[in-house]
Amino acid sequence: MRTDVTIIGAGQAGLAMSHCLTRQGIDHVVLERGATANAWRTERWDSLRLLTPNWMSRLPGFRYDGPDPDGYMTAAEVGDHLEAYRASFAAPVRPETAVQSVTPTDRGFDLRTSTGGIASNAVVIATGACGTPHIPALARDFPAGTRHLAPIHYRNPGDVEGPVLVVGASASGAQLADELARAGFDVTLAVSNHVRLPRRYRGMDIHWWLERLGILDEHIDHVEDPRKARRTPSLQLVGSPDRRNVGLNELRDAGVEIVGRLAGIADTTLQISGSLANVVRSADLKQERLLQRCDDHAAESGLDRELTAAHRPERTALGPAVLSLDADRFRTVIWATGFRPHHPYLPSGFLDPKGALRHDRGVGEHAGVFSLGTVFNRRRNSSFIDGVGRDAEELTPAIRAHLDRNAAWAR
Amino acid sequence: MTITEPTNQLNGVDVEHLLHAREVLTGAPPAAQFTFRAASEWVDGNQATTTVDRFFGLGEEQAHARPHTVVSDHPSLFGATDAGATPPELAMIALAGCLTAGIASIAQNWGVKLNSVTANLEADMDMQGILGIDPDVRNGFSAIRVAYDIDADADDATVEAIVAQSQKRSAVFDIITNPTAVSVEVV
Repeated sequence: MRTDVTIIGAGQAGLAMSHCLTRQGIDHVVLERGATANAWRTERWDSLRLLTPNWMSRLPGFRYDGPDPDGYMTAAEVGDHLEAYRASFAAPVRPETAVQSVTPTDRGFDLRTSTGGIASNAVVIATGACGTPHIPALARDFPAGTRHLAPIHYRNPGDVEGPVLVVGASASGAQLADELARAGFDVTLAVSNHVRLPRRYRGMDIHWWLERLGILDEHIDHVEDPRKARRTPSLQLVGSPDRRNVGLNELRDAGVEIVGRLAGIADTTLQISGSLANVVRSADLKQERLLQRCDDHAAESGLDRELTAAHRPERTALGPAVLSLDADRFRTVIWATGFRPHHPYLPSGFLDPKGALRHDRGVGEHAGVFSLGTVFNRRRNSSFIDGVGRDAEELTPAIRAHLDRNAAWAR
Repeated sequence: MTITEPTNQLNGVDVEHLLHAREVLTGAPPAAQFTFRAASEWVDGNQATTTVDRFFGLGEEQAHARPHTVVSDHPSLFGATDAGATPPELAMIALAGCLTAGIASIAQNWGVKLNSVTANLEADMDMQGILGIDPDVRNGFSAIRVAYDIDADADDATVEAIVAQSQKRSAVFDIITNPTAVSVEVV
């Protein structure tokens, strides 16, 4: 088949893009390796909920309309939400279609897929922020018999045998340590740099504050160090009905053993970094600065009386330093160590040395390639359901311009 | 390859130079590969002198302005001549020097004027380790404590953030807190 635009991925990014192109009358197709919202349906653990409240799920031409705007959708509900979005404008999703290769041609691109070839003038990579799990090389040095899991392969506590080592204390690591400790497992959490924030502050969800402060839609052009901004780990939060915190203090109280970054392994001894005190101090200081900005904003905008009193979370308390652990102790290791970009079907010339698409604010270096839904693609919330729509709207004129140039050239 | 760029001095740190180096090296990972060297010689007793002079970086041989020599020894308490700091104390010296250099750089980059920076360090060592009395006791420090006293044109939270950031970017802090593969051969 032949089309103007091929969108790869039918999650929030691909559907938002499809909605924008549909509004513009631009011919396109959305390729999805599974069904709509595949990753939300197949690569999330059972209890996972969005980090953002339901009201913060605005997509072009679609928003949450349910009974609990302040709640947090489960992954299955996100799948239903996105399927409803797809149906609302009959997005041209071609399911069960894996992309095998994207080859540049004189006229655009030839795509090979598991359901046939496509000639397309433009390609939008909308496969999400996650790519493929990053598991550090030292995982190979664990004793044979240790079970290794990435969060996308974990489903529920029935999947694991304790004791469990969770590596990484951003959203995934903190949530899984919390869930497993509550299920009665002996859990150790290895903690590297993370972003500590309370679920709620002064009665409001932290994302309400982040939006009020203009942090969520901060533009990549306005941050001091874009490379660093794109590496910022996810917030150490959980979206749960009881709105609990999963900071290190709460995890310790739930029985989790908190240790520093897993730095190495020698024989069967896990070497733990001595930098934990600074890691937690840095996270506490950053949280304090953010909450101070919240208080300043409340005072300046006359909100003080509508909000509850400012109770600052306690600083993170650490027990005696642990510098080594016996690797044999752990039956299961969960590597909540983030993701790496994964575009095996793209020519290597499209990618940077780390495997990410070379792009400037979503416009690929290679003409006709566009990117959407990655961390800080254009804004801090580019990878959020609530932020990807704006990126899609802003990319639409660039796609239109590319198609016009191609058409002029073809004449 | 050389890195020369304008200077901008608040705490006497050429931050522009550092930022320019960062930009240049971001696009040229091979140039960022440095190898440092030191030459050590036994003098007598527990005393040694160790000199640093040449090193490799930016794709070619480099050298200090002049060779720098450090004397190390053991204290008279253990029957030595005490002609210099003990090697573990040199590790404390290295940590203090590294963190303080970082504090000056970061403060300047953040536009914070430093008036004075002093630090006191303490490091605990159980001698049962190096003397081979108890195999369960490690040789090295069991803990290092650093207390900075900083007078700067900034609030306390900013000063704390500068000190925290200095640890995050410190080579010696990393060397001490994380394992490093060490090979020692006889040639």
